[in-house]
Amino acid sequence: MSNNGAPKQSFSFADPDKVQNILSQYPDKQSALLPLLHLAQSEEGYISSAVIDTISEIVDCHQALVMDCVSFYTMLYTKPHGRHIIQVCQTLSCSLNGADGLVDHVTAKCGIKPGETTDDNRFTLMKVECLGSCGTAPVVQVNNDYHESLTLEEFEKLLESLK
Amino acid sequence: MSSFEPVLTKHIHEEDCHTLAFYRSVGGYKALEKVLSMKPDEVIDTVKASNLRGRGGAGFPAGVKWSFIPNDSDKPTYLINNADESEPGTFKDRLLINKTPHQMMEGMIIASYAIGCNLAFIYIRGEFYKETCLLEAVLAEAYDANLLGKGILGSDYDLDVVIHRGAGAYICGEETGLIESLEGKRGWPRIKPPFPAVEGYLKCPTVVNNVETLCNLPHIFNQGPEWFRSIGPEQGPGPKLYCVSGCVNSPDVFEEPMGVPLKDLIYDRAGGIRNGNELKAVFPGGSSSAILTAEEAMNVNMDFDSLINIKSMLGSAGIIVMDEKVDMVQACLNIARFYEHESCGQCTPCREGTTWLVKMLIRMINGGGTERDIEMIYEITDNIGGLIDFSQGSFGKTICPFGEAVAWPVRSFVEKFKDEFLSYMPNLEVVA
Ligand SMILES: Cc1cc2nc3c(=O)[nH]c(=O)nc-3n(C[C@H](O)[C@H](O)[C@H](O)COP(=O)(O)O)c2cc1C
Ligand code: SF4
Ligand code: FES
Repeated sequence: MSNNGAPKQSFSFADPDKVQNILSQYPDKQSALLPLLHLAQSEEGYISSAVIDTISEIVDCHQALVMDCVSFYTMLYTKPHGRHIIQVCQTLSCSLNGADGLVDHVTAKCGIKPGETTDDNRFTLMKVECLGSCGTAPVVQVNNDYHESLTLEEFEKLLESLK
Repeated sequence: MSSFEPVLTKHIHEEDCHTLAFYRSVGGYKALEKVLSMKPDEVIDTVKASNLRGRGGAGFPAGVKWSFIPNDSDKPTYLINNADESEPGTFKDRLLINKTPHQMMEGMIIASYAIGCNLAFIYIRGEFYKETCLLEAVLAEAYDANLLGKGILGSDYDLDVVIHRGAGAYICGEETGLIESLEGKRGWPRIKPPFPAVEGYLKCPTVVNNVETLCNLPHIFNQGPEWFRSIGPEQGPGPKLYCVSGCVNSPDVFEEPMGVPLKDLIYDRAGGIRNGNELKAVFPGGSSSAILTAEEAMNVNMDFDSLINIKSMLGSAGIIVMDEKVDMVQACLNIARFYEHESCGQCTPCREGTTWLVKMLIRMINGGGTERDIEMIYEITDNIGGLIDFSQGSFGKTICPFGEAVAWPVRSFVEKFKDEFLSYMPNLEVVA
């Protein structure tokens, strides 16, 4: 769940056992960085500076290194997003199958452009690159779920269903 | 169309095909039993004899890659299964993971045994969340059945497997970018040599293999390297998954022998061009391959050498079909924009060149093309990527082959469809 309130001063993982389990899988600590960032984001909704502090302590490396990583990967967010992150694939096969229309539809219906979040925090719209499912273009990922071979009508229904 | 019986995808339409019980019922893990009774060197020799070439893009012979692992090293050896699948037009590994995850696991265990690895990784792209959950369940099944863990199937061989999720970066599919990412850093590719087989993950000998490459292994041991070599061209044989998408009636993954005519894939398996339109252009091997004209596409076979002969490549066999309605300048921009976004930014020609290409194409589309634009695109692409020489591993002007992966397709668009680019500059004298 997203935490859209004021940034927390400190962060600790919900389940320390999960953290230990991740660390124990790798021969060195820093390799656990991405999995810990994923875990933190699934708990907090984004990577806050408090998360960065906590993780840099756990893996025993400088905060700058953690931040460097966070800024490199598009799936790691440095600010809160809407409850439903609508990620429309814009790469060639999807584009040839109507992806642009899907983006325009969200913009027309919800008043947000790619990168923006609705005022009620319901949706964030993003354009993303090839999702590895070009045979079922156009593809939209909402949070963790793929929605494939979408017509405009199905997309409309999907948006309605996301509260 | 030949009546080839699928090997890798034979059972994907059957119920519960992803489970261990099902996989065992069709002979799964028999190859592993055989392999565990062989010496690692014999395993490597068998794979060498099969001529299996990597299915991730570069087509490097798998057995040869394994034999580069030094056998006098006191460091641990690692296997990484490359499940990053991010090349535009490619969606075969996702199918293999979803439908036959144990085939992939068996391949991973065989490869790990061959190279003396006791800890292997599956690097899976972060977006494949559902697949990650499935693989976690598959691992649990495998541990329970003593296919992983200590003393596998009563042998003295131990192996653990860890699933590692990426976080949205195309460049982490490149093997050294992937290794950096696994080490908890940004995915900046490394200068080679040293190659990963000598200095990879945590500076230890490491083999990176693609999902589909690994899936072939059980079959090579079940049916023998001669059988494998007899499928398709001898220099790069075997069953192959082809992903067909874009302007076709029935996009999907199709399994055929190496060397199947591209025409058959488009017009037979994928049901032809939608709306009865004419074929215009095709990416044969993902968006990093040089684009083919309709005429080239109708005459080429889908194997490593046939495509190199016409200055393109098999790559990941991600076939993107474009029909007469597609604007080639817009399509070129779509692809250039992809590479601009995904460049890791380490090398100046790649970082700046991709940005310039996108700016120029946008300007051209908005009617502001200038006389020098065509030549300038040639210059920029030459600066990013050099000549095609697949024998050399990396080819030239940038740290990793991403440079070529931008340069060849963009250049091929302009060379093969120059009229369309010029038609965006109606007020110019045609200088070409
Ligand atoms: C820019 C770039 C992206 C790549 N992306 C992938 C990928 O998503 N999946 C993959 O298996 N190989 C990818 N490769 C190829 C890998 O570097 C490597 O050659 C391959 O994983 C080796 O496995 P193989 O020998 O079994 O093919 C990519 C290469 C480059 C240059
Ligand atoms: S060629 Fe491009 S992607 Fe590869 S290392 Fe250089 S900047 Fe990064
Ligand atoms: S182009 Fe959209 S999933 Fe590949």
